[in-house]
Amino acid sequence: MTDFNTIIEAIDSSLNSMMPHSAAVLVECILAAVCAIGAYLVFAIIMIYMERKVCAAFQCRVGPDRVGKWGILQVFSDVFKMLIKEIIDIKNSDRILYNLAPFLVVMSSLITFSCLPFARGLQVLDFNIGIFFIMAASSFGILGILLAGWSSNNKFSMIGAIRSGGQMISYELSMGLSILTLVVLSGSMQISELVEDQTRGWFIFRGHIPAVIAFIMYIISGNAETNRAPFDLPEAESELTAGFHTEYSGMGFGLFYVAEFMNMFIIAGIASTIFLGGWAPFYISGLDGFNEAMCWIPGIVWFLGKTFFVIWLLMWIRWTFPRLRIDQVLVLEWKYMVPIGLLNLLIMTICVVMGWTF
Amino acid sequence: MMEVTFVEIEEFRSTMIHLHRKGMDFLREMIGMDWNEEGLGAIYILENSDTHECTEIAVRTTDRENPELPSVSDLWMVAEFYEREVFDFYGIRFTGHHDLRRLFLRKDWVGHPLRKDYDTSEEINPIRMESEPVEEFSREYDIKDDKELAEKVEKLKILHYDQYTVNIGPQHPATHGVLHFHLSLEGEEVRKVDIHCGYIHRGIEKLCESRTYPQTLAFTDRLDYLSAHQNRHALCMCIENAMGLEVTERVQYIRTIMDELQRIDSHLLMYSCMAMDMGAITGFIYGFREREKILDIMEEVTGGRLIQNYNVIGGVQADITPGFAQKVKEYCNDQKKRIREYYDVFVNNVIFTNRAKGVGVLTRNDAISFGATGGTGRASGWACDVRKRHPYAMYGKVDFKEIIHTGGDSYDRLLVRLEEIMQSIHIIEQLIDNIPEGDFRTKTKPIIKLPEGRFTASVEGSRGEFGVFIESRGDKTPYRMKFRPTGLPLIAAAHKIMKGCKIADLITIGASLDYVIPDIDR
Repeated sequence: MTDFNTIIEAIDSSLNSMMPHSAAVLVECILAAVCAIGAYLVFAIIMIYMERKVCAAFQCRVGPDRVGKWGILQVFSDVFKMLIKEIIDIKNSDRILYNLAPFLVVMSSLITFSCLPFARGLQVLDFNIGIFFIMAASSFGILGILLAGWSSNNKFSMIGAIRSGGQMISYELSMGLSILTLVVLSGSMQISELVEDQTRGWFIFRGHIPAVIAFIMYIISGNAETNRAPFDLPEAESELTAGFHTEYSGMGFGLFYVAEFMNMFIIAGIASTIFLGGWAPFYISGLDGFNEAMCWIPGIVWFLGKTFFVIWLLMWIRWTFPRLRIDQVLVLEWKYMVPIGLLNLLIMTICVVMGWTF
Repeated sequence: MMEVTFVEIEEFRSTMIHLHRKGMDFLREMIGMDWNEEGLGAIYILENSDTHECTEIAVRTTDRENPELPSVSDLWMVAEFYEREVFDFYGIRFTGHHDLRRLFLRKDWVGHPLRKDYDTSEEINPIRMESEPVEEFSREYDIKDDKELAEKVEKLKILHYDQYTVNIGPQHPATHGVLHFHLSLEGEEVRKVDIHCGYIHRGIEKLCESRTYPQTLAFTDRLDYLSAHQNRHALCMCIENAMGLEVTERVQYIRTIMDELQRIDSHLLMYSCMAMDMGAITGFIYGFREREKILDIMEEVTGGRLIQNYNVIGGVQADITPGFAQKVKEYCNDQKKRIREYYDVFVNNVIFTNRAKGVGVLTRNDAISFGATGGTGRASGWACDVRKRHPYAMYGKVDFKEIIHTGGDSYDRLLVRLEEIMQSIHIIEQLIDNIPEGDFRTKTKPIIKLPEGRFTASVEGSRGEFGVFIESRGDKTPYRMKFRPTGLPLIAAAHKIMKGCKIADLITIGASLDYVIPDIDR
């Protein structure tokens, strides 16, 4: 399996030999940022196209097929359309916050995105409390949504923002609990170590029952965190027209749109990292030939394969379920998910202490 | 021919109270009238909801300057809206009505357009370029001791300025048209609802008064466009009965089949839109997939997909096409299998059942008092199907079940519609193979004149009883033509059951009541 650490070290040493150390760090930072933003956009494009095609398949439709072969240029024409749209100034809106809000949302998802381990060594941010960092970074996206609703001077936006605040803060709890369950299993919070640990078996298999419960909880709360159906109350188009982003036009809306898709990618990426082994290949102890064959498949393929599988699961849910009501959303979280999550954490701790894991 | 009993104003109130006590609990229709020198007034058509016995009561006042009649809005809840409509169009003030505002027209409209002496000139009512001022106060008229009209002005409770008010509509995805809910919210909870209608009122009843009878037919498709066939059927039936014209058996068969196809079409749309309003877009597409097939069949037979102009006086516009029976049978077989999918993907979904069960409960008594017929009434346990109550066309001869649920909530309202689809298919299957030979259209004279008198006909539209009332003076144009809206009673009921629900419930209730705006705003 390729180790990207060697390539990155080679680039680092060659840059250091060409220029002073501080300049080399600067160049590396710029390179990393460009790569991250590039990958961010590429994945966003792939996912928007995928969403349209998957949705079409669920609804007995063809989906986009006019722009380019199989409609693959559809996303580009959409972006072009958004770019040429007028950016509308809202009367009595808080100009600064209104314009800042979409960037906050994108920033939070971009920072979280850079924590994802695409392959061994292919990761922008990696340090000993990586999991905490991911949770912290992803949660300040709520700020952007709240500000968007608050500053738009629109009652629908305001209701959407309040809903989203209540919903996302609640579901962060059960999301944190389900991630903690896996941290208990692995004993580490560093993302690279988490994945390295899974080269001898994915956590969802090693942690068996509590891990599966945690996975299901994670998928539910991840869905709620990304504001997608059945938890799309903040935008609930049939109730609040478009919720918190009603007043945004052009790229302001585009940024929210991209951020929503990338948040879904991040949720799926984290799920595949901590539950499904990230870039770690499928491993069955004892079958050495099989394991070796699996290792021939590059890590990045494993990671993206698992991530897109989880994304597909999320889309399946999105295009099947009706929307919940706000009181049902909160009842589900506080009466069911949190107690189950706490109990599950306890079960996992007992399993680990008693050595009942694989 | 309808026999109307005229009652003196002084005795009107006591007569109505007496009739209400005697079990006339369903106010089928209330028709505002202008009889020129004989005065202004209204005709009330009442029905006993158990025995289906009808009474027609009329009352009039000769005072054209300050006409006033006693209100009956405390006896029949729907009268609250009907009286507002009559006040709007005839300027009759109903004493005792606690919220007498205009229902359809703007607050600053001058005059009352359905009066015969109304001046239509544009100087009086120019096209106003500014937005309609929102009314802050409602009026109530009371009679003082000395017979002088006293005006009570009360502050409308919905518009306290310290409340968080939100406008759902007139431009909103979930109102299915230009309806306007003015809400006062407390958090997510709806405290008060005020409904504004009239954004697309076209004055069809006024227009009809200057059209010949065949010309009036074109308007019916544009009322409730999802029961275009039934509406037109009612008007044709009313005119044919008045003329004493018998239509052939073939026509009756074709009309019944087309009515039922239209009903399936409308119920599919109701299911689909409900799914979409609840956020289940896949369910929506499933419903529309089948609806498309009905529209194709209709297009082949009538040439239109939404506005079909199919029924005419004496028959139908064109004969059915040769492949019609085959296509309809194929469609029916397909639909019977597909309906299972709706239950699987949407109706039995736990999220949906939790959101719809117990939401927007309309009791049987309220349903009758509001006159909420159709699927809404039947979901509340009221057997209100015109096809069973007063059979017309082929309905007396076919076997079908009237679907009745007793929950009265949004969930039951959807179930009634879905089960009615199966009943409609059952009706079509009994008829489709036996369409008799014969003329598809009886020849009529080029100029149709109705004898003097009052005529009514009603059919079961897709969302309730659709009635036509014609008062004829023997001319080739009607003196007064009135359509019973199927949607206005639903809106009146919505007014009540929406109070205290959540915003999301408001959308659920709206979708389950299944109103169509052009039908409310005639």
